[in-house]
Amino acid sequence: MTTSRREFLRIGVAVSAGLLPLPAFGQAAPRVVIVGGGFAGASCARALRHTDGRIAVTLVEPNATFTACPFSNAVIGGLREISAQQFTYERVAADGITVTRANATAVDASARSVTLGNGARLAYDRLVLAPGIDIRWGALAGYDEAASTQMPHAWKAGEQTLLLRRQLEAMDDGGLVVISAPANPFRCPPGPYERASLIAHYLKTKKPKSKLIVLDAKDAFSKQRLFQSAWAELYPGLLEWVPLSKGGKVISVDPATRTLVTDFGRHQAKVANVIPPQKAGHIAEVAGVADRSGWCPIDPVTFESKLQPGIHVIGDAAIAGAMPKSAFAANSQAKTCAAAVATLLAGATPSSPKLINTCYSLVAPDYGISVAGVYQPTGGQLADVPGAGGVSPAEAPRGARAAEAVLAEAWFRTITSGVFG
Amino acid sequence: MKSLAAAIGLGTIVFAGAVAAEPPAGAVSCSGCHPSSARVTSPVLRLNGLDRAAIVKAMQDFRSGQRTGTVMDRIAKGFTDEEIQAIAAWYATQR
Repeated sequence: MTTSRREFLRIGVAVSAGLLPLPAFGQAAPRVVIVGGGFAGASCARALRHTDGRIAVTLVEPNATFTACPFSNAVIGGLREISAQQFTYERVAADGITVTRANATAVDASARSVTLGNGARLAYDRLVLAPGIDIRWGALAGYDEAASTQMPHAWKAGEQTLLLRRQLEAMDDGGLVVISAPANPFRCPPGPYERASLIAHYLKTKKPKSKLIVLDAKDAFSKQRLFQSAWAELYPGLLEWVPLSKGGKVISVDPATRTLVTDFGRHQAKVANVIPPQKAGHIAEVAGVADRSGWCPIDPVTFESKLQPGIHVIGDAAIAGAMPKSAFAANSQAKTCAAAVATLLAGATPSSPKLINTCYSLVAPDYGISVAGVYQPTGGQLADVPGAGGVSPAEAPRGARAAEAVLAEAWFRTITSGVFG
Repeated sequence: MKSLAAAIGLGTIVFAGAVAAEPPAGAVSCSGCHPSSARVTSPVLRLNGLDRAAIVKAMQDFRSGQRTGTVMDRIAKGFTDEEIQAIAAWYATQR
């Protein structure tokens, strides 16, 4: 530390009294605009305020209520209510963050301004985009926005989550449920398999003559051995996973008949959950920070876009190397990015970070498994720190799985408290 | 700008140095699981204000396998002694 805390506080007091300018910004406090109020954006806003109270932070988010995706599979499986997933921005605003309830519709990277849906413009010194994902409508033949009202994706939590749950509840015992899982990359790599597990749990306990098929565009997935071993133990004959190499890739859907078509056949489902191909949220494309992949290349130290200076991208929208698109990763990136932005605003050079991810999945209400990783910038990418990370042990007593289920819920309480509480 | 600072009595403070020191590498990620707030109910220990040596020992024991963890054994292996020392020192000062 080059300046003592006391000196820092003295300057803080001086600036808040309007006496001292910051170096690069004339008389005004530096302005950071953050677009997107999820695990990435809201975390980044709060971390910035805590890092340096002189920075004017504006969070742009159209929704008054945030509905969290982690644990939304438990809502679908009837184990949890959607209200447990919902959070407001009151505490975020109470930190001194300007929470602007609006859509960001345009970004002018050279003028450093963001345009909102009502035409207002917000000037920024640094912009952080945390837009999450958008569905690539039409990338899977037949799957457009209208189709999602018949065959929900439920990959953005909220009404879609409840729609899928209602469809499962309305289904007669003996029905066929089909989940279509996409190719990489996509939000929450273990998510489709946790969902399959908790739907299987619902069927086993409520509609045991039913069947669940997972049609997958991949041959491998996150925590695969752990999931498959648990499925064999908990849901034998009920849950079938069909990989790419066995014809699992869905090539088109027909929402009118809830039919999913592969190269090998047609599956007419009573309930169809199509987890479609995805891309970075729309504003990333508008701002010119998404590349042809639809995702956003970033500097692994600062999360600044490799395509547009002054714009940082965090969370699911970013190409974060070995880091998965998870809420934990988004939160870790957000806090790391906040520290880097504060350092850059002060005219200094951010130091190389380390980041962590931990993802718990529930295979049953009392059966949790996890994957963890540690990451650092290596060769311009966020890479796994060799020797660290990995998944829960393949062989473990049920007590250990139950303990991980408890830790999963504790994680959710902790992270949502940090972001919204 | 420096002359302005001098004029109002802050002497030789360099503005670029006025930003709060960055947390050490990895430190901000811990609060994904370890609650920052004492109000959160969790079996996972709150790190803020913990004894520096205790954090160091826990991390070293998780890393070496002396202590079994759920995920901390996997995470501790990603940190060097120097990084563990820095993170522990930082959390010891957090409130």
